[in-house]
Amino acid sequence: MLLLANILIDGIAYGMVLFIIAVGLSVTLGLMRFVNLAHGAFAMTGGYIAAWLVREQGLSFYLGVPLAVLATGLLGALLEVTVLRRLYRRTELQQVLFTIGLTFLFVATANLLAGPEVQLIPLPPALSHAVDLGVRTLPAQRLLVIASGLLVVLAAYWVLNRSRFGIWLRATVDNTAAASALGIPVQRVYVLTFAVGAALAGLGGILGAELMPLEPYYPVKYLVLVLVVVAVGGMGSIAGSLAAALTLGIIDTASKYLASDWGSLFFFLAMAILLAWRPQGLLTARKA
Amino acid sequence: MKRSLPYLLLVALAALIYFVFPDQLPLAARIATMAIFVMSLDLVVGYGGLATLGHSALFGIGAYATGLLAMHVTGNPLIGLLAGALAGALLALLSGLFLLRYEGLTFLMLTVAVGQIAQNGASKLRDWTGGEDGLTGFEVQKILGMWSFDLYGKVAFVYCFVVMLVCLWAMRRLMGSPFGLSVVGIHQNRLRASAIGGSVRGQLLKLYTLAGAFAGIGGALNAQVNQIVGLDTLGFELSADALVMLVLGGAGNLFGAIGGTAAFMLIHHTASAINPYHWLFIIGGLLVFVVLVPRARLFEALRQRVMRALPVAREVA
Repeated sequence: MLLLANILIDGIAYGMVLFIIAVGLSVTLGLMRFVNLAHGAFAMTGGYIAAWLVREQGLSFYLGVPLAVLATGLLGALLEVTVLRRLYRRTELQQVLFTIGLTFLFVATANLLAGPEVQLIPLPPALSHAVDLGVRTLPAQRLLVIASGLLVVLAAYWVLNRSRFGIWLRATVDNTAAASALGIPVQRVYVLTFAVGAALAGLGGILGAELMPLEPYYPVKYLVLVLVVVAVGGMGSIAGSLAAALTLGIIDTASKYLASDWGSLFFFLAMAILLAWRPQGLLTARKA
Repeated sequence: MKRSLPYLLLVALAALIYFVFPDQLPLAARIATMAIFVMSLDLVVGYGGLATLGHSALFGIGAYATGLLAMHVTGNPLIGLLAGALAGALLALLSGLFLLRYEGLTFLMLTVAVGQIAQNGASKLRDWTGGEDGLTGFEVQKILGMWSFDLYGKVAFVYCFVVMLVCLWAMRRLMGSPFGLSVVGIHQNRLRASAIGGSVRGQLLKLYTLAGAFAGIGGALNAQVNQIVGLDTLGFELSADALVMLVLGGAGNLFGAIGGTAAFMLIHHTASAINPYHWLFIIGGLLVFVVLVPRARLFEALRQRVMRALPVAREVA
């Protein structure tokens, strides 16, 4: 019973981290049709900046983390304006190659600036304390992760479906020319969407630093994981990404607790089964 | 004559390497082995238009099949190659039956899953595969009963190179055949190809299986030359590297696959000798550059520069 509770809580926290990182990629991939394999690099960048701000510059966690998330978003916007924008009309393979190349440059730069060691983000005392839930005690950091995940779900849902910006984005994606003719600032919509996606990835990188250690090869190591979540959830579907991230997070955590010498076999087996069953995404019914 | 010219050039190049750079023969043998693998990937990606990141599963199973055969049954190199080809083809056929029902990102992610399942499975089946330590201690007999592998890598180089030439020839014949043309047709327009008639999925399965056989041969060669088979032969990184090599040389062209493999591995060899992270700067920069400056434009700029530098060439042209 305790084991089950452990698996569930750790699995949900892990799933939330996966979701926060994946949601931006899901939007760029599904709505903007841009294959951004450098997304994992944004997660790493967020984590690295937060570690640098909090540990080296002595900023408080509560100030350093938002700053790091903001900086990652700005970096995403900068990249979109300077290069990525030119690649929207290219073939998928070219987008894949360019963003893989970009990822390699991030990896090499991270090593050049901070060395190959794992970067730690020191937690403030309030977050490193254990909280008693009745069933078990767990670090407050897990609660923060789960709460942040829920907040991102609600915010993303509201922005995409209820806000004016969401209407603009959906219009731009459906028909760029018509949207532009109607006076929607198409280019600004794209930059902003991209920046928010990058910022969320950065947030995920910071919150998940405990489970997914920050080191130079981070973007390569966890990219597959994030892509799996997007593919299983269905591109562009926020609810689908959440369902996929939680399912896969719990399965992966369970297999680590129960069958650790099988590596990630069960994770990928589950992914293959889920994808085979619902190729368009978990919550999307199979077409034709 | 014209058709055999590329082969003659390759043989001349090999002779040059053999006589002028004898210290580099092990590296050259590795390039030839990888080139077979990258060409087989080209069949799938370049000709068939099926983006895959799980191709190393086919390479790895070929390597393990050859290693296990040499350990338990026979160390005959040619029978080993055959076993590698069969193992690669069999895995490709079985996984293809499942994979080819899907397209696009779903297909891509499922190939990743197949690769990861193969790798985790091999790591778990320690009694057979040696797990993390890899498969070692198998013996490879003399090639055709005449040449045994020597310390300087001379025999290995000639052997790998000859096998590569034969594979190149076979794949070119295959892609020039009506079957090859129909695959290219499917790549260009799936809907139209199926409207014309014939089974799209059947043709693609055939292509995937054949590519699996060639990938298996690459894996078998790798096992025989290095006399060790590790989990990395099944790994995701190998698939990704091969894709990069393919694209550097130009997908959809088997000679390009060889050129891309050679360029990638030569740069890798030199750059990572200095510092493994420098290598990432170079390959990352190269990829970004290749996409931003399309090949056609690059060649045009080069051509114009050459024309300006050589007034004689301009008169001739």
